[in-house]
Amino acid sequence: MPELNAYITEERIEGADDGPLAGKTVAVKDNISTEGVETTCGSKMLEGYVPPYDATVVERLKAAGATINGKANMDEFGMGTTTETSHFGATLNPVDTDRVPGGSSGGSAAAVAAGEADLALGSDTGGSVRAPAAFCGVVGIKPTYGLVSRYGLVAYANSLEQIGPIAPTVEEAAGLLDVIAGADERDATTVDEGDGSNYAAAADGDVEGLTIGVPAELLEGADEGVVETFWDAIDDLEAQGADTVEVSMPSVEKAVAAYYVIAMSEASSNLARFDGTRYGLNAVEAGDYDDLAEAGNWNEAFATAREEGFGPEVKRRILLGTFALSAGYHDKYYAKAQDARAWIKRDFDESLEQADVLASPTMPVPPFKLGEGLEDPRTMYLADANTVPVNLADLPAISVPAGESEGLPVGLQFIGPKYGEETIVRAASALE
Amino acid sequence: MSDGDEPAVTGEEVRKVADLARVDLNDEEVEQFAEQFEAVLADFETLDEVPEVESEPDLVNVMRADEVREGLTQEEALDNAAQTEDGYFKGPRVS
Repeated sequence: MPELNAYITEERIEGADDGPLAGKTVAVKDNISTEGVETTCGSKMLEGYVPPYDATVVERLKAAGATINGKANMDEFGMGTTTETSHFGATLNPVDTDRVPGGSSGGSAAAVAAGEADLALGSDTGGSVRAPAAFCGVVGIKPTYGLVSRYGLVAYANSLEQIGPIAPTVEEAAGLLDVIAGADERDATTVDEGDGSNYAAAADGDVEGLTIGVPAELLEGADEGVVETFWDAIDDLEAQGADTVEVSMPSVEKAVAAYYVIAMSEASSNLARFDGTRYGLNAVEAGDYDDLAEAGNWNEAFATAREEGFGPEVKRRILLGTFALSAGYHDKYYAKAQDARAWIKRDFDESLEQADVLASPTMPVPPFKLGEGLEDPRTMYLADANTVPVNLADLPAISVPAGESEGLPVGLQFIGPKYGEETIVRAASALE
Repeated sequence: MSDGDEPAVTGEEVRKVADLARVDLNDEEVEQFAEQFEAVLADFETLDEVPEVESEPDLVNVMRADEVREGLTQEEALDNAAQTEDGYFKGPRVS
């Protein structure tokens, strides 16, 4: 097999001698801070940046006895669905090395699928844990917003993102979530519902009497082979005693547009910090100057560093976000996107009154061929149709392998109510 | 971007936003972005059809006492900076 390029930095960080993850290796996405170990976010902007502190999740991994065996490759700042926007080159899908592993946590999923790490952490802003899990044939969980501390996660879109586990099995993914979940005084958005959790115990495969809602809108336009594999998996669950009901969620048709307006707006603000002064690529290096005095004034120097440090997808999102927030357009785009977010939340609340969990294909398409999506950003954005509604609604979701279509993995996504991690873990474990 | 149904995006508008965002662009990027933004903004326009939804976000204030505690040392804070002088970050001139 060719080199997968799953890691940006391969360096071992040893954890405590014992604990629930003793003897396990964990690949950590390269937007999660590791004290003394380079953390690049897949960007030239942060090449060489060495955090002076650990993210809370890294502290928890170490305390649980895990060995971190490297920093996993990713789309630059998490902006992508293929891991091809990384400044450090694309990661290959171990299932088929002509294809992308999904993204943005593609290195994390590829490392687990190839056995290069036992477990991995990714981050999920609009599907970045679930998409690569689906494309690589492994399990990924996007926890309820607030369940896992984001302290030390380099921010892309704060109101949407969560750190989540990737593992070969549902039980192992749930076990890793048990390690990282729980309140953290350094992230005021965390909640205590995850304290002392035992999600792994819920992986008992018991779906007798479980009601699964299928939103028709999340099957529309999906690839035929994907849809077929999805229904086969649903049939399997029904044979195990689950019931299926169709639910309607008209709002999700606006989810991609709402997601990109909100994520890009937040990104334009979050990424304003990268100006090369305190950390990151400096104007002197970026502009090949002898001295900072040659770089021009404050604005010119920052613009030089940012032109050189950011790749095209990051620039696109910063610019579109700046535009969506600019005078005259804020009400038209940003305020409307917030309305759509509220509408989507209400649709989920109503659907989850009729069903215990909702199910859909994680990705509407099989893994892209390398290079296929880079030409047309809009087509890439539409591939996130089934994952972004979950982030907009702050809900938990899991992607579990449902089978194959034309030899390529298909992921099935279960979406649960707020703090319903046990329910989605239980449902997903019935498909293994 | 104009008031028509389909937002037509000009290079000048892309440059204006890039200037606000402090990102220099070359001519090729400007041309490519103008074309791509048109398609993306057309998707954003469809948010016009979204109904107004009453929502009461369940937000709570999270407070803590403002206590002095250990932080980064000056040396640690400066460690990742390319340009420093006398224990300070060195930035470009203001104007």
